[in-house]
Amino acid sequence: MTAPRDKLGRPVVVVTGMGIMTSLGNGKGDNWAKLVAGESGIRTITRFPVDGLKTTMAGTVDFVSVDPFSSTGLSERMAELVTEEALAQAGIGAKADFPGPLFLAVAPVEVEWPQRRELGRAVGALDFTYDDLLRISGGGKYSAYHHRFMFGSVAAHLAETFGTKGSPISLSTACASGATSIQLGVEAIRRGETDAALCVATDGTVNPEALVRFSLLSALSTQNDPPQAASRPFSKNRDGFVMAEGAGALVLESYEAATARGAKILGVIAGCGELTDSFHRTRSSPDGKPIIGCMNKTLADAGMTPDQIDHINAHGTATPENDKMEYNTTSAVFGELVQKIPVTSNKSMVGHTISAAGAVEAIFSLLTLEHQRIPPTINYDNPDPTILFDVVGNKARDARVTAVMSNSFGFGGQNASLILTREPA
Amino acid sequence: MTETASKPGPTEVWITGIGLATSLGEGLDANWAALQEKRINVDEKGFAPYIVHPLMPVTYDSQIPKKGDQRQMEAWQRIGVYAAGLALDSAGIKGNKDILSKIDMVAAAGGGERDLNVDTGVLTAEAKGANAPGFLNERLMSDLRPTLFLAQLSNLLAGNIAIVHGIGGTSRTFMGEEVAGADAARIALARIASGESDIALIGGSHNGERKDLMVLYEFGDFNLKDKFAPVWAREDHAGFALGSAGAFLVLESKAHAEARGAKPFAKLSSVVADLARRKQPGDMAATLEKLWAKLPKRDGKGAIISGATGAEPATSEERGFLKSHADFPVRSTGTMFGHTMETQFPLGLALAALSISRGALFPPNDSTGTEIEMQGAPTQIVVVGAGHWRGEGMALVEAV
Repeated sequence: MTAPRDKLGRPVVVVTGMGIMTSLGNGKGDNWAKLVAGESGIRTITRFPVDGLKTTMAGTVDFVSVDPFSSTGLSERMAELVTEEALAQAGIGAKADFPGPLFLAVAPVEVEWPQRRELGRAVGALDFTYDDLLRISGGGKYSAYHHRFMFGSVAAHLAETFGTKGSPISLSTACASGATSIQLGVEAIRRGETDAALCVATDGTVNPEALVRFSLLSALSTQNDPPQAASRPFSKNRDGFVMAEGAGALVLESYEAATARGAKILGVIAGCGELTDSFHRTRSSPDGKPIIGCMNKTLADAGMTPDQIDHINAHGTATPENDKMEYNTTSAVFGELVQKIPVTSNKSMVGHTISAAGAVEAIFSLLTLEHQRIPPTINYDNPDPTILFDVVGNKARDARVTAVMSNSFGFGGQNASLILTREPA
Repeated sequence: MTETASKPGPTEVWITGIGLATSLGEGLDANWAALQEKRINVDEKGFAPYIVHPLMPVTYDSQIPKKGDQRQMEAWQRIGVYAAGLALDSAGIKGNKDILSKIDMVAAAGGGERDLNVDTGVLTAEAKGANAPGFLNERLMSDLRPTLFLAQLSNLLAGNIAIVHGIGGTSRTFMGEEVAGADAARIALARIASGESDIALIGGSHNGERKDLMVLYEFGDFNLKDKFAPVWAREDHAGFALGSAGAFLVLESKAHAEARGAKPFAKLSSVVADLARRKQPGDMAATLEKLWAKLPKRDGKGAIISGATGAEPATSEERGFLKSHADFPVRSTGTMFGHTMETQFPLGLALAALSISRGALFPPNDSTGTEIEMQGAPTQIVVVGAGHWRGEGMALVEAV
């Protein structure tokens, strides 16, 4: 029997339900099997023409249909499916009656090209101005597009479908969003506001403009052929991240509430931390201090020391700068241990699920704890000699894993880390 | 901050800084003076037939000294970074590295402006027959400015505030239109009250002078057209006039403020929010009543600052709710500032704190009788923020 409160006197926060979807498939079973087998979900994009693009592959979720298609619609549908999986596992509440708030990490929303093109065609002229588009937008013909492209629309839909309580929060901390959604849930439970929280993160934004935007910032890999080999975290020949889609959902509960209702505990969110980097919009401070501070804050929040961490689920985007910075900062925090702690990047296989990544990787970390098996970092055949991580290269590794640190770093100086454990400390 | 253990009793939270850049002017005095004079700044011509409340021009250099920083942002971000700087100045912590390095930021944000020339260029070329499969890709690759994306990303409002003002604590961005502004205040307040955080910067910014946003709201016929009227007088001519504004507040635990000798404008006692289903008439009003009942006891001299948009049926539902609390004088930020979306709730909090600190509610500006005169100094102001489509928030601001 473990104490329901942590070392700092706060309620211990546990995970009792998880749902996941990535380009590898739908659900924990499918994803885990493929992940430990070292399969890649990255493929050549077929959703739209790729002519003229420098990057032509992504980790798309093509097995979920949405009609009419929009990236926000896909994000919503994926979020719905992973939430169903998480709730079925948790067995909490009643149908459409989840006993707590919703924290949703979702990509920023805007009107998309298919809808914009529909407007352009509706003008019915060869030459027109933006005012002409505006003039024909009203009258109710497109009222569904207003709802679809509200930032709060995905959260409103989930809140109504699953009956979460209070005002659902839609959030973005760029590539750290998924971790932030979990952090908000943890904080709400620790403050005693609720016994349970639903934390969901989703991103379905592989569309032409999103790809072009990242491409223009030189952030994406252009190693298109074969697509499965494009994402190369910690490799010497890594050249950028691979955009991907996916979603993750976690049911968080206080340990006390979970045990009182006899729920199976899947793991513990032992610590979370975040720290802003005010150096640059897309680059980390060269001294790495904000990332170092973020990891240290997370360790302090968990009441743990670096030697208690026995696996790191890296941000590992495979951009030249991220992986180097992540190694340097991790070294500063972990010292000599950095070469002994097994490190892996799920992004080598599922790509970078952006707004969803923090939650997707937290779930993979919890599955790692459950199976005592670390999924590989594939495409690791040309290690970067300056990155001395013990990378779990190419083949999954059985290991004793009691505590995992999962890191997320994003544009806008967003850094967030989580520590996940099997049992309450 | 997260490593701090929760304290048993809730901590009192003060509003110690306010930054405003709006269609009425920049800074507290200019906004207060315009409110006293019932001066409204609307442009009925520039976007005709649509009406906007344009930003009163500001000298960005004074808060964003590097031109390079200004160039990296679009207007919505510049307005917010500017207003955030004013809030830090107002709280007396501008440049105070010790405090800025730990301040927790929660921004309420939408997205940034699109390049309308690029959009129109693609669509007209397609109308003229450009139909090669890669046409859109090629045009976007060659026509989009590489840094435009960063000026559009929601979390880059907070990112730019961090860069320009040197903020190094935590940074979270909430999206979701009007209620995002209430949730930003709600979460920051909860974190300070529980001891997780000592000081926070919260707020939002909005550029209403954007045709891409007008298209989005026109889909739902939400834009006010042709003729301006106060929000309560739009029942037969519904809609909102988008407004440009940045509104940021510094929230701080009483102990933290006292330790550095900071004076409060007011106390933020409670922020609550919900999501009414809005399937049946009365749903939204019922949710507002539920939130009203959750606020701490009101036994002082009370008033209400509403963020009603002028859009229907939400505004009529809110009017019904207000009628059942007719003893509270009401003021509408929508009439005076236009609809500033995510920023409307922080703007309401700012005006509530300002009214309390200046010992008077600003005068009514309404022909329907919804807003009545108030004598004497308000000690409790309820800020109401009901979204044009979804989301309801409410706060209680009180005299210290």
